[in-house]
Amino acid sequence: MTAVLTRDPVSTGKQHGTRRGPRRAYHFPSYLILVVLALFAVGPMVAMLFNAFKSNSQIGASPLAPPTSLSLHNFTTAWTEGGFATTMRNSVILVVGAVIGTTIVAGLAAFALSHLNVPGGGGFIAYLFLGSAMPVQLFVVPLFSLWTQLGLTDSLFGLMVIYWATEAPFATLLLRSFLLKVPRDFVEAARLDGASDLTIARRVILPMAWPGFLTVALIVGLAAWNEFFWAITFIHDPAKRPVSTSFLAFQDQYSTDWGLTSAAALFMLIPVVLLFIALQRRFVAGLTSGGLK
Amino acid sequence: MTTVPVPAPSRTSVARGRARMRLRRGLIAWAFLVPLLVLNVLVVLGPSIATVYYSFTDWSGIGPANFIGLDNYVNAVKDPAVRDALLHNAIWFVLFLSVPMALGLLGAYLLSQVKRFAMVFRVLYFIPYVTASVVNAALWKMLLSPDSGIGHYLGTHHAWLGDTATSLYSVNFVVDWHWWGFLAVIFFAAMQSVDPQLYDAAKVDGANKWQQFKSVTLPGIRPTTIFIFLMTIIWSLKAFDYIYIMTHGGPAGSSEVISTLMYSQAFNNYSAGYAAALGMSMTVIIGIVLAVYSFLRKKGWEE
Repeated sequence: MTAVLTRDPVSTGKQHGTRRGPRRAYHFPSYLILVVLALFAVGPMVAMLFNAFKSNSQIGASPLAPPTSLSLHNFTTAWTEGGFATTMRNSVILVVGAVIGTTIVAGLAAFALSHLNVPGGGGFIAYLFLGSAMPVQLFVVPLFSLWTQLGLTDSLFGLMVIYWATEAPFATLLLRSFLLKVPRDFVEAARLDGASDLTIARRVILPMAWPGFLTVALIVGLAAWNEFFWAITFIHDPAKRPVSTSFLAFQDQYSTDWGLTSAAALFMLIPVVLLFIALQRRFVAGLTSGGLK
Repeated sequence: MTTVPVPAPSRTSVARGRARMRLRRGLIAWAFLVPLLVLNVLVVLGPSIATVYYSFTDWSGIGPANFIGLDNYVNAVKDPAVRDALLHNAIWFVLFLSVPMALGLLGAYLLSQVKRFAMVFRVLYFIPYVTASVVNAALWKMLLSPDSGIGHYLGTHHAWLGDTATSLYSVNFVVDWHWWGFLAVIFFAAMQSVDPQLYDAAKVDGANKWQQFKSVTLPGIRPTTIFIFLMTIIWSLKAFDYIYIMTHGGPAGSSEVISTLMYSQAFNNYSAGYAAALGMSMTVIIGIVLAVYSFLRKKGWEE
């Protein structure tokens, strides 16, 4: 179902410049609108960046103006008041755990669905598609009850398992599309040499399809870092909260102190934006292929 | 290799050996799917089946549940809160379909027209989409607050999120804002695969930019547009995060949608059985949309 979106926007984008030729030289109106759209997209974020360096009275006087000095007061206060040392650590654990777990589970499944003949594999793929379109409202309440009985609420591990299960179908489908590009001959050659399926997965597939694994890791990591719904439902202990829900609690508490909340928001935002800009092609290729999510 | 005909018994044993081999290979292949299956049954499928059952009970979320037949569904149909929430979902759908789609198509088309900096714009448009919902929500709460941000500049001091007349539209605006760049990138990718000769032919026929967009670009990206259209129905029905974070469905239920209503029924009102019935109804609607989509695909409507 995602077939229409799986075209790689990067590689096709590259051919573009040479294709249309230099005939249309004057693009001023196009650029003007593009710049206006860009300001619409990131302008609010710039306002937040400005406010993080301003005191509350400065924000009250001129909420959207650039700061007059680069005071780090808001950042230091927000870091300690918001307990970011703890919640950042929680989020890093969640992200690393979610990435490793999901990649292993999805990697094994994607390998089987691309290079082994799974009887009924087509039906299984359809189930994965369908499952990732279903609303979480279908299973959240009994899952909460089950997790309470298993003692997995207020637990980073319990939350991580949910991330594995909810991210794995999408990750499997995306990885499968990468693994299908590994030629079957390589797999057959290794098999004739007596390699087991697991060895083939580790020694042949993994080295050849690592860009796919990296893409999946980035997307699962981003999802775990930003995730809100499961975290707010399953983690109530403030010491166990990831940054997303602890930031929300912090913001509710200091709802009128925009300088402080802007600084706190930047703690959450800046790692993502830097990583995104550094690896944007991979991010965009992966995220646009996951249209069904 | 030998010309001596193979005796019959040995041939069937070879066939049997091959069948056993195939069975073994099939089992090994499925073994690779076991971790995913176990996780899925534990977290998604098992609880989903439980929801089907609980939707026919008066379950509170903890303890035993009594079977009450279709009462939850009958109550849901009669419940004015459900009706209001579904109306809000419908409004949400209309806005969430038109605003990001229009901005996304505009951005994508312009990106496909320019030669330089297209990648830079693409990155900038995409940043709100990769930003956490809590951060975007906080950012816009600041900009929409009556005493700071935009309201302060314009001197309106209107509480966009606190007014029953504007709360739903304000949250929807924020969601549109973070979403359109994602659509722009998807449409941009789709536009790359439109045959450039079609544009040349249109130009020879004297078509202007708007005519080219209408009769070359739009038909060229039709499968993507249809896909986005149908997914938007599903996404609109699932709308939750931003509403929960920014207004909690309020004030006075003015921004309540079906998923926030379901959530508060389950976790604040301890009406888990009723919530299960609402969750089931959402799933059925989404199932119908997906069925229509695959039917249309089979019919080749996309082409």
